[in-house]
Amino acid sequence: MARSLAELDPGERGRVTSVAGDADATRRLMDMGLIRGTTVEVVRRAPLGDPMEVKLRGFMLTLRRSEAEHITVE
Amino acid sequence: MDATEIGGTIAAPPAPSPAPAAREGALHVALIGNPNTGKSTLFNALTGMRQRVGNYSGVTVERVEGRYRDAEGHPVTVLDLPGTYSLSASSPDEEIALGVLLGRTPGADAPDVVVVVLDAQNLERNLFLATQVLELGLPTVVALNQVDAAAAAGLRIDLVELTLELGAPVVATVATRGEGLEMLKQAVAKAPGLPRPGRRFELPCEAAQALAPVEDALEAGGLTPSAAGMEALRLLAVRQPGRHLAGIAGLDEAVERAHDEIEAAGLSARSLEAEVRYGWIAEVADRVVTRAGGGERTLTDRIDAVALHRVAGPLLFVLMMGIVFQSIFTWAEPLIGIVEGLIGGLGGWVASILPPGDLNSLVVDGAIAGVGSVLVFLPQIVILFLFIGFLEDSGYMARAAFIMDRFMRSVGLHGRSFIPLLSGYACAVPGVMSTRTIESPKDRLATILVLPLMSCSARLPIYALLIGTFIPPIAVAGVFNLQGLTLLAMYLLGTLTALGVAAIFKRTLMRGKARPMIMELPPYRIPNPRSLFLTVGHRASMFLKRAGTLILALSIVLWALATYPKTDAPAGASEQAAQEAQLAGSTLGQLGHAIEPAVRPLGYDWKIGVGIVSSFAAREVFVSTMGTIYGVGAADEGSTSLRERLRGERHARSGALVYTPLVAVGLMVFYVYAMMCMSTAAVVVRETGGGWVGLGWAGFQFAYMLALAYLSALLVYQGGRALGLG
Repeated sequence: MARSLAELDPGERGRVTSVAGDADATRRLMDMGLIRGTTVEVVRRAPLGDPMEVKLRGFMLTLRRSEAEHITVE
Repeated sequence: MDATEIGGTIAAPPAPSPAPAAREGALHVALIGNPNTGKSTLFNALTGMRQRVGNYSGVTVERVEGRYRDAEGHPVTVLDLPGTYSLSASSPDEEIALGVLLGRTPGADAPDVVVVVLDAQNLERNLFLATQVLELGLPTVVALNQVDAAAAAGLRIDLVELTLELGAPVVATVATRGEGLEMLKQAVAKAPGLPRPGRRFELPCEAAQALAPVEDALEAGGLTPSAAGMEALRLLAVRQPGRHLAGIAGLDEAVERAHDEIEAAGLSARSLEAEVRYGWIAEVADRVVTRAGGGERTLTDRIDAVALHRVAGPLLFVLMMGIVFQSIFTWAEPLIGIVEGLIGGLGGWVASILPPGDLNSLVVDGAIAGVGSVLVFLPQIVILFLFIGFLEDSGYMARAAFIMDRFMRSVGLHGRSFIPLLSGYACAVPGVMSTRTIESPKDRLATILVLPLMSCSARLPIYALLIGTFIPPIAVAGVFNLQGLTLLAMYLLGTLTALGVAAIFKRTLMRGKARPMIMELPPYRIPNPRSLFLTVGHRASMFLKRAGTLILALSIVLWALATYPKTDAPAGASEQAAQEAQLAGSTLGQLGHAIEPAVRPLGYDWKIGVGIVSSFAAREVFVSTMGTIYGVGAADEGSTSLRERLRGERHARSGALVYTPLVAVGLMVFYVYAMMCMSTAAVVVRETGGGWVGLGWAGFQFAYMLALAYLSALLVYQGGRALGLG
């Protein structure tokens, strides 16, 4: 089932099926290896609820809900 | 893992082109890598203290260059390019890095050898940048850094295999301990003689065809075929050629056509580059990396479970910031005392050897006192930079931005703006300089423009004098003291105004879409002291050079204004009375009289006018000027004689008291807002682009803050009177 990355709870993981949204943000995400087929795990959200921390390719990345909403995972 | 150099390479596809002619004998090396790879530590280990720091022309990207001599004694210069995750050229840092490597950044020739620094713990993501660099076709050496940490994490990397896959020599290094450096230097020396690296994967057929005209346009514009291939693929996703490719004929059209063709063929133009590169990287990683174990919680995971915890995280953050600021004030205090003592001693000694007169006064009261007023900031600046450097190098800074991003976004700024703003409480100078970590130019500018509204430590003497003199120490609600609450109110006023003004700027002048919060949280590390001290040293000397020269000139101007024209003291007058008369008759005194009509609505007389005029260069001068004007000699904020004089001062005509608590509060509010600090102005000029652009922004900042100060002081005084206060 396809969901957006923003909907995942901490500890859940998914395989990226599409990356869309703002050109600058997608470019950056892709440069850092978040592309179709990458497995991403949500680690936690920041104390104020946003942004979120995810794990991919062995490193930790932060992104905001507004950016995560444009990434679909399965 | 065996930390040895693997010298063997396989022939790379593009035919080797002739080695660039040796320029002035020195080999030019450029160092590039992701942030947090230990690149700067490697740079410092290679070059030691032989470094030069400057800026690339027109942008505030730091240009750090160093040199060393290789085993045979040949000179080698090393350019430390900004840390970057890719060569997409979507930030100023990336654009500079790409421009330099292509030899298309003014003032920087293309390097003879590129050293790509990879973090062995994070090979996949690091290889993305490496594949881009290798395709440029320059002689390239790969430094696989932090191999010790990777080994500890159970990662084994086959260096021979990696060398074969990349088509460029790979050297294992541990920069923090200096391991592998000699091997690296040897590999660099040999690199120009090796076959050039190039692209290691095939593009889908339709993509290769569609990109061919773009490559042709780039080659016609002077790029090598290899670099043109890399640029064409990059432009497909970015679609903005950037400054370094300006003026290449037909490029935009060719890119747009290729984009449309590739989309028509059912491929994603946006993600093609990332997908083909990471596709190739995944295969290489499979062959090169073996994982023993892994998956268990690392130390970083365990620290973050606390440091980023919903409750404990913010508490720890507040505690850390508290400790930082407490230490700045307590540690800097004795050092400031020492600096002041040295300046005073030097002034006294010079005063005693020069014959009394104008020259004596110029050197002692003008030059030495003026430069001294800059030097007293140095302890705080150095300590603050040490903390900022420590937070940055340890990996906590990224966490601070992560925690604060939601809050900062409510005023339109980025999480990265928080620490610079906070630094403003100590001193705006290091705060402004540390805004370089903010990626978005608009966010950075907005942060710089509001930063001096944070009450810095130089305002403390003014607050202390006025609160101590005019605010009664009444207990409020049992535990608080009205004096303390007033001080707190001044800090809050500055802070809230800074956030409010930032929000206004971000919605008007510096409007722009929110920058993504896409940021790596690097593993925690113990900072390398040597790198830390080198960075702090660079920053401190940059401040001294820039601000010092300006302050020296300004101090001499101020000195002249206070010294000329001469007023002869009436016979028999005390030295203090003579000083007071001199100041009253000087140009500065006349300026005070001249601005009296402007400051009268604020409840001030000409003497406060003189104080304000004299404190344009450095606000804390207000206190010592008041001391001179009221003839109490050398004054500081605690001196009782000055306090007595201020309390008893009456208007010459009406006989009413000059200083009511209302006037004092209005004056404090004035100093909360007024940007009276030439050191900050000098740094703002430089950090907002330098030259006329920088002067324009600094002038704008000075003007809006002065307007804010004047109007607020007016509101306090007139509003207060209307309410029957004061």
